[in-house]
Amino acid sequence: MSDRYQSLVSSPLGKAVGKRLGLPVPPRIRRHEPGMPVVAGPVLLGGARGGGLRDAAEDALRSIGAHVLASAPDAGEDVRGGLAALVYDAGGIDSSERLRAVYDFFSPLLRRLEANGRVIVLAGLPAEAGSAGAAVAQRALEGFVRSVGKEVGARGSTAQLVRVANGGERAIESTLRFLLSARSAYVSGQVISIEARDAEAIETPGDWEQPLDGRVAAVTGAARGIGEAIAETLARDGAEVVCVDVPAQGAALSAVANRIGGTALQLDITGADAGPRLADHAVHRHGRFDVVVHNAGITRDRTLARMSPQEWDSVIAVNLTSQERISAELLDRDLLGAGGRIVCVSSVSGIAGNRGQANYATSKAGVIGLVETLAGPARERGATANAVAPGFIETAMTKAMPLGIREAGRRMNSLAQGGHPADVAETVAWLASPGSGAVNGNVVRVCGQALLGA
Amino acid sequence: MARDTSKVAVLGGNRIPFARQNGSYARASNQDMLTAALDGLVSRFALGGEVLGEVAAGAVLKHSRDLNLTREALLGSALSPRTPAYDVQQACGTGLEATLLVANKIALGQIEAGVAGGVDTTSDAPIEINEDLRQLLLEANRTRSTVGRLRLLGRLRPGQIVPALPRNAEPRTGMSMGEHQAVSTRRWGITRAEQDEIAAASHQRLAAAYERGFFDDLLTPYLGLERDQNLRPDSTPQKLAKLRPVFGDGPEATMTAGNSTPLTDGAAVVLLASDRWAKERSLPPLAYVVDAETAAVDFTSGADDLLGAPLYAVPRLLARNRLAIGDFDFYEIHEAFASQVAMTLKAWEDPAFCSERLGLDEPLGSIDRERLNVNGSSLATGHPFAATGGRIVATLAKLLAERGSGRGLISICAAGGQGVTAILEAA
Repeated sequence: MSDRYQSLVSSPLGKAVGKRLGLPVPPRIRRHEPGMPVVAGPVLLGGARGGGLRDAAEDALRSIGAHVLASAPDAGEDVRGGLAALVYDAGGIDSSERLRAVYDFFSPLLRRLEANGRVIVLAGLPAEAGSAGAAVAQRALEGFVRSVGKEVGARGSTAQLVRVANGGERAIESTLRFLLSARSAYVSGQVISIEARDAEAIETPGDWEQPLDGRVAAVTGAARGIGEAIAETLARDGAEVVCVDVPAQGAALSAVANRIGGTALQLDITGADAGPRLADHAVHRHGRFDVVVHNAGITRDRTLARMSPQEWDSVIAVNLTSQERISAELLDRDLLGAGGRIVCVSSVSGIAGNRGQANYATSKAGVIGLVETLAGPARERGATANAVAPGFIETAMTKAMPLGIREAGRRMNSLAQGGHPADVAETVAWLASPGSGAVNGNVVRVCGQALLGA
Repeated sequence: MARDTSKVAVLGGNRIPFARQNGSYARASNQDMLTAALDGLVSRFALGGEVLGEVAAGAVLKHSRDLNLTREALLGSALSPRTPAYDVQQACGTGLEATLLVANKIALGQIEAGVAGGVDTTSDAPIEINEDLRQLLLEANRTRSTVGRLRLLGRLRPGQIVPALPRNAEPRTGMSMGEHQAVSTRRWGITRAEQDEIAAASHQRLAAAYERGFFDDLLTPYLGLERDQNLRPDSTPQKLAKLRPVFGDGPEATMTAGNSTPLTDGAAVVLLASDRWAKERSLPPLAYVVDAETAAVDFTSGADDLLGAPLYAVPRLLARNRLAIGDFDFYEIHEAFASQVAMTLKAWEDPAFCSERLGLDEPLGSIDRERLNVNGSSLATGHPFAATGGRIVATLAKLLAERGSGRGLISICAAGGQGVTAILEAA
């Protein structure tokens, strides 16, 4: 996971040279470590008149243990360390003229946001807006947040828009925790929707450090890379993890499973019997799965004109068809427990497309389609289905890319660096949390706000 | 001590693919391979950090430094270091005998769960110093005076540098196992064609088992090897017929490198437990251990075949369990040599042998070839001596679990004129 360029331009000499040449200097972004507080400094909470999310946000922030400020203290007084996060309820903005409120709130404060700071704008669903003008205004917030993300990224800070449905106000804590914390280090410029859910569908984990205690999670492609990080992170959060990978990866898979006290299941997920075998494993060994992470994926890159039918077929089979079949099997046999979580790994390529990846991008866009179709059935049984879409993540797979493409992939995002497998894993863990019961049908990019497909 | 015995379940197994001598595992030690096999089992059943009743395993070819081989492997594995372990050694019967030792303790309620297995390397073989030199050095150690030691030094001869290599030979006859079996092959009139047919079927069936994913939950790749290195899926009797005989003399020699097992490296282990232990962990039993019988024969006088002990063990086992030879759905007869399998089948069909040697009124009977070694056996997988028992127990247990009913017979011949046999039944 070495980023030599980042080390070079961060050194005293490199910094001086880099600055003169106008080279981008990637910030050192803070990532979660056990024992870290959710948010290290004061959180300023503001809101536009007429918004209904401020109280819920304040309750959530207090539960998190954040130091909440209602108004900006005078510069130089008791905020010597600056502000760790700015949270703003924009749900009350019902016309384009009133969008001025976000300018008024953020413009004077942005410079006081610390490095690795967080900007979170809370909003309503445009579809639920009371008027055409309100819908336009709520939609407009997307452009605002995405631009802020690009402005604050140079210091390792992020900006997100959280849209909360009427009736979803009490379900925002797990999402606020994730977005405020260092767990979301490589997530920026995202729009996350929170559904209306019955109060009983929203569980509050007894221990937010071990939210998956007593839960069983299956992770495909767990032998290495992102899958390995997901398995480790879910185990850290208390889950009993069933690590799945092809038999050929069995040695690495076994090592991962033993390291996290989980189970190794060697299974070719493209086999006709893969769904039944995984389901049988759930029945015999655990009775159910609470979390299923469809992570296994392959690339067979080649421009379409030169691509062989096998290169097309294998990518679609592993990356998409297997996810469909296994999900269907588990849902048909009712093996996804109440409060179940399906998390599918898509890709920024699936959103933006990529030269030489027609097969891969098709499969990964299909994964987004799968999540859209699963969201309804999941909601009916009190479960959720979401996707994460990683951008450039430092893995053995990206290490094998040609230097030019690799460097471009790394730098062309708001944080000017590649993500770590753990960044994807933390995002999966948030979606898998029992506290995230109202986060459904989302596609969350873990890409440092990459320019691709933005 | 008398108490009720409890059922002993085979919950599963794990092995590493078997490698040909000086193949993929040329630089792996017995301890490395046994640790890998154990770790694969631990991850399959989420046993990380668990204290088990015991782990019993062994190796046939062993360095003198490996006096506590199984315990050392366990300490390197993901199991709790508080799990006891010991070594077992009964030539090629080691793996199955270890299984029976653990199973019997579970049956008696002395332990609830354990692991049994074995490992062998013919690549990382123990090489000993020349026996003459060893005696000389021992005497030097006993000699007190410097003059005396110098005098001993004068007895050093260049020939003493030649090391002693482990030999695949019976100490009491000086004949290799292959040479012994060549005698038996001729005695029983086993043809070359019969042997080659058994060998080809072994390869073809093993290949088919791999193709259908049978080993996905019985095997963990190791050092880049995903399947048994000895496997030749395209093996046919016609191709095998072209090989030159390696054991026996003259035109009657029929045993080739193709219908005899090659020297192999590998390790295999199985997980055994009481029903209660299995249920507590939601681990479904694949099969139960029903009974076992070990026999030995008088091969030094030439009265019996070196690899003929199972011919005696199985009839006793059947009689005790009131079973006929036809009452099994699967037969796992270890293929030390194709001719050993053919000899076994022939002996049990032979009225003279069954009456004179086994004391039976009628021949024991025939075995349906379609139920024999259905997923191949040692001719195709290879035969790391002590690992074979674990391979067979896990394979048969899974076959029975897939079938959902029935029973299977295991027969393993071993050096020193011994044979270990057992019955498993579906869970």
